[in-house]
Amino acid sequence: MKFRQSVKMAISAVFSNKMRSFLTMLGIIIGVLSVTLLISIVQSGTGTITDAMSTLGGDQVTVSITEGEKRLLYFELDELKANEAVNIIAPYMSGKGVAKAGGKSKDVTVYGVTKEYDAINNLTLTGGRFLSELDREYRLNVCVLGAEVAEELFGRESALDRTVRIQGKDFRVIGVLEEEDEYAMNSTNRRVFIPLTTAQRIFKQTGITNFILTADNKAALRTAQTAVADFLDNKFSEDSDYTIINMAEILDIMGTVMNTLSLMLGGIAGISLLVGGIGIMNIMLVSVTERTREIGIRKAIGAQRSDITIQFMIESIFISLMGGVIGMLLSIVTLKVLNHFVTEVTFVISPSVAMLALSFSIAVGLIFGIYPASKAAKLSPINALRYE
Amino acid sequence: MIELQNIYKIYQVGEEEVRALDGVTLTVQDHEFVAIEGSSGSGKSTLMNIVGCLDIADEGDYYIDGQNVMDLSEHSLAVMRNKKIGFIFQQFNLLPKLTAYENVELPLIYQGLPGRERKIRVEESLMKVGLENRMFHRPNQLSGGQQQRVAVARALATHPSLILADEPTGNLDSKSTRDIMDLIHELHRQGNTIMLITHDTAIAREAERQVQLMDGKIVSDTARISASAKTEAADSEGSR
Repeated sequence: MKFRQSVKMAISAVFSNKMRSFLTMLGIIIGVLSVTLLISIVQSGTGTITDAMSTLGGDQVTVSITEGEKRLLYFELDELKANEAVNIIAPYMSGKGVAKAGGKSKDVTVYGVTKEYDAINNLTLTGGRFLSELDREYRLNVCVLGAEVAEELFGRESALDRTVRIQGKDFRVIGVLEEEDEYAMNSTNRRVFIPLTTAQRIFKQTGITNFILTADNKAALRTAQTAVADFLDNKFSEDSDYTIINMAEILDIMGTVMNTLSLMLGGIAGISLLVGGIGIMNIMLVSVTERTREIGIRKAIGAQRSDITIQFMIESIFISLMGGVIGMLLSIVTLKVLNHFVTEVTFVISPSVAMLALSFSIAVGLIFGIYPASKAAKLSPINALRYE
Repeated sequence: MIELQNIYKIYQVGEEEVRALDGVTLTVQDHEFVAIEGSSGSGKSTLMNIVGCLDIADEGDYYIDGQNVMDLSEHSLAVMRNKKIGFIFQQFNLLPKLTAYENVELPLIYQGLPGRERKIRVEESLMKVGLENRMFHRPNQLSGGQQQRVAVARALATHPSLILADEPTGNLDSKSTRDIMDLIHELHRQGNTIMLITHDTAIAREAERQVQLMDGKIVSDTARISASAKTEAADSEGSR
């Protein structure tokens, strides 16, 4: 109850000098604003990027043979498939091309794939079917269109069974894919899928240079990755002839980098919080001097040292906590505004960052309030009463 | 009861030794009204600080209601000031941002009294000084005399053993001075113990007993026979 009175008195002291309290708070407001804003932006950005990248598949490795002359043959992959750790192997190739139909044309990426590609990526079709084993075997001129390709070439009409001209060859449309998130890294919207064998003929490439490999779990994936490396090392003389990209590892590394980045930015912004704290200490010291007489009166009528200490501590904590809350609200508003202009990333403030910033601002008020408060409490009542 | 025995307070000013209090012995009985009179530099402020537990004597013994103040910690001194002493200052010393009510309530808050009880005491005190209509005014909305009455109410609120008034009329015009003095007499009649410190002989003469201080020593201690004072009490005091 005595504490409640102290809080009441401290708050009324803060409000009785509004301009000064606000300016003192400003340091904390800016500190908390910059800390929460920077960390939230980095975290939201990281979240978006990792989400996009994980659509590439966190549980798969992509193998590319980089040395121009070297190739794998289709049946050679069977050797890898035999490995227990390996779940699916999907060979593919891709090239730039132009798709034309009914006088319209569209720049596309042509993917030569097999049915395994669908098995790995779980593609959703709005109509028709995906490529089959037969399509591969007979090198049929059939294609599956990405959503954007189908819309631009055929508008609202159904693309199924229509003819699309790709690289001077006519293809029958056997399937259309559902529209995917524009910003997903692996978006199929602007792609055209044709049988791998057909693609090899169009792009005049023999053998296989790229394939995706999946496993049931992380451990198996690692085993599979080693197996692939061994296999390719046997096949080719130098290990610089190929690259194996493990998306999970990349995501891990990126996560670490982003964490370091947000820590660094948070730390730099934290300095402004520190400066804000010094501002509080400064103004509290001025306040103690100004209120020397008040302290003297309070002591004369029976205030203990602890009463005075608590009163001034509450004042500084109240200032910094209020600054923290205002800074937090401002950063929430700023992120909301930012979300109106930046559609690629959704910025949100995470509860842990909010908690961290608030407890930090309380700590700042506490730490920088101790010295002025104890200075006030130590004043001798006689000298304080005589102070003009 | 207040008992000072052989109190010394000595300041070192450069090479010189200033004896602010030079062996003061003084007893104030309950319900007494004593004026401490002296010119500036007589040691009356020092005496007030020591009696008010704001300062500690270098030597001697000081008892409030039988409790020796000399060996008290800072914490206990604050408790003494809070419970045993009611201060009335020349400068009123009200907190400007608090209302009359809140000013009177403050010592009760430091005492840790629950809110309901505080309300009763504050209203009772303000009633005694006749300010029940000014409870929620700030000091700057009150006249000097009214401010001093708030200060008196604050001193009364804790039901202290001693009301210590340091030049209570020093900053007041003659009409307000009369008001405050009448109030002090009224409080005395109601049974409060009052120690009034002043340089004004006319004010001092209103007390039932005058103690004159000069150069840190008590030079005279006389009782005025008044209608309200008990003759035998005055006699026994005056004989020392």
